[in-house]
Amino acid sequence: MDNIAGTKSGLTWAVHISVVLLVVLWVFPTVGLLVSSFRTADQISTSGWWKSMLPSEQSETLRTAAPSTQVLENGIYVISGNLFERPGDFEISVWGIKSNDIAAYQPGDTADMGDGVSITVQVNGDYRMVSTGEFSGRRGERVFATAKTPPEFTLQNYYNVLFDPANREGMTKAFFNTLTVTIPATVIPILIAAFAAYALAWMEFPGRALLVAAVVGLLVVPLQLALIPLLKFHNDIGIGKGYLGTWMAHTGFGLPLAIYLLRNYMVGLPRDIIENARVDGATEFQIFVKIILPLSFPALASFAIFQFLWTWNDLLVALVFLIDSTGETTVMTKQIVELLGTRGGNWEILATSAFVSIAVPLCVFFAMQRYLVRGLLAGSVK
Amino acid sequence: MNPALQGLFTIILGVGGCIGYFYFSNQFLDKVLFPAKGPNAGRNINRANMVRPWLFLFPALALLGLYLAYPVFETLRLSVSERVSGGGSKFVGFANYSQMFGEPKFWEAMGNNMLWLIFVPAMSTAFGLLAAQLTDRIKWGNIAKSLIFMPMAISFVGAAVIFKLVYDTRPIDQEQIGILNAIYLWFGGDAPQTWLTIPLWNNFFLMVVLIWIQTGFAMVILSAALRGIPEDTIEAAIIDGANPFQIFFKIKIPQIVGTIVVVWTTITIVVLKVFDIVFAMTNGQWETQVLANYMFDKLFRANDWGVGSASAMIIMLLVTPILVWNVYNVRKEMK
Repeated sequence: MDNIAGTKSGLTWAVHISVVLLVVLWVFPTVGLLVSSFRTADQISTSGWWKSMLPSEQSETLRTAAPSTQVLENGIYVISGNLFERPGDFEISVWGIKSNDIAAYQPGDTADMGDGVSITVQVNGDYRMVSTGEFSGRRGERVFATAKTPPEFTLQNYYNVLFDPANREGMTKAFFNTLTVTIPATVIPILIAAFAAYALAWMEFPGRALLVAAVVGLLVVPLQLALIPLLKFHNDIGIGKGYLGTWMAHTGFGLPLAIYLLRNYMVGLPRDIIENARVDGATEFQIFVKIILPLSFPALASFAIFQFLWTWNDLLVALVFLIDSTGETTVMTKQIVELLGTRGGNWEILATSAFVSIAVPLCVFFAMQRYLVRGLLAGSVK
Repeated sequence: MNPALQGLFTIILGVGGCIGYFYFSNQFLDKVLFPAKGPNAGRNINRANMVRPWLFLFPALALLGLYLAYPVFETLRLSVSERVSGGGSKFVGFANYSQMFGEPKFWEAMGNNMLWLIFVPAMSTAFGLLAAQLTDRIKWGNIAKSLIFMPMAISFVGAAVIFKLVYDTRPIDQEQIGILNAIYLWFGGDAPQTWLTIPLWNNFFLMVVLIWIQTGFAMVILSAALRGIPEDTIEAAIIDGANPFQIFFKIKIPQIVGTIVVVWTTITIVVLKVFDIVFAMTNGQWETQVLANYMFDKLFRANDWGVGSASAMIIMLLVTPILVWNVYNVRKEMK
């Protein structure tokens, strides 16, 4: 199509540029969080994350070495060394010796500190402080330097959030709780739905059309309606708040989509195969297990991904059916909301925690995108 | 018991129970209840085949009935009753509804929900359509698509954190770390804004989060629809001298209107249930309340089941037209 009349190369460029813009717009927020999770609290609060790739200008208070390191050279006392703890790619642009005038000198200049003391600071932080008399005191002199600091990233945040046993706000427990909620809540509805979908797709019985319509209707019933009646129900039968109720709730809420997706897929399977099997004397159970289930794998996979993403990312169901006052069963989404409330300004913790919870669904997403797309296409009511 | 073990146990029990139920109930039907042998073999096979669909359907129907259908009626009942001390409840007619209609917070939530209902589906569909059309014919289109689609995998809570960082505000004498304020100041804004506290506008800043998530969904569906358009209609238009914009608006769009409606209604339902974003970002402060969060407030903070259920019924009422429309379409399709 590209070389058919009517497509101009100018337009093609416009298309490319617009797509780039769109993608950047969509990816930027997430990248911001990702980058922030690798920066220290200081870095996050002193400069925007988009500047973290470039060396940043920071003003720092540094100290020369202590007077005990002085040496006597030709009758003058000298202290020399590098201002930075770990000399590297630092580039001092200006420096000073008084806190109210931190940009008094250029690199290479010599500053007179009084009492016959003077200091010379080079661009890489090397200094040489000389004095006619002996240096005294225990600490070195303060030097204020504005330097370009090379970009620096750290894994410390992830260590703190995941592995630090002293961190009560850590995500490890919540991570495993989320996993505990998610896996049964993904696996169980698949089987139940598959059997129902087969009956609705390939078995003749009165009221079938009505049931399909009912499933489509239930597809859009808001979860909100189910909260109180089911909480009451769970309390009445004695399971209260806990994993069991949560698994059942997720199973119930996931079923309409599961049945709908699978039925749509199964209806499209070739009639011949199923009828041949019937003629050959296979029972419905055998047909289902040996023919329908293996053939429906793509639909099963797409529902499994949906249900996984939905239960992993869920907050409301966990809040209502799972998390009791002890907080032992907290999930990651709840943990993050809590952090947003109590540690709203601590971006290094927030960003890292959020990314820990986002990482798993993102991996699933990129690994199984094909099935997700297929499921979406089959699942939107036509 | 360790929850992980309990989870494993539940998987085994759940899956095993399902398989066992289906296997043994079928065996029971075929071997014991209506055996396909003896004098009534033919009649028995027919009877077994009449019962079997219900065996297959039973677990699903039981769960659907208990977890989705029953709550609708129970919530309706709760919304017209009031808890009395010592357990039980009594019928109070529309008292809960009139109490709710008297609350300004409810009307604020209604108003905001209407804004959400207009803007989020419209913007998501528009961006989705734009992205679908633009990426359709370029080489790296699939990569672009999967990047725009990516937010679908991110939880609302995760998205809330992501956008809180975007909207972050620092005092004017410090460097801004929220990119929105940085851009605002770069373009000559006078002072950094606390975006989420500006009434009315803050609603839009919250909506952006959902639009950001839902655009990918719209794009995927619409992109498939665009590819389904017969090539000859487009070629005919090109030969007749239509420019690319005319082709898009006059040839392509009219052919995918049906899909656009589907996308629109699907996103509408998501919008009606939106809870996490508001809960995590503002919790309804600064006039950003929405129905689902209002309801959660009433239920679990005020502990008022009557008004909570009444507001849930309002959400149900708003969903109903779409429900009816979907059911109508499916029935038409099946005939």
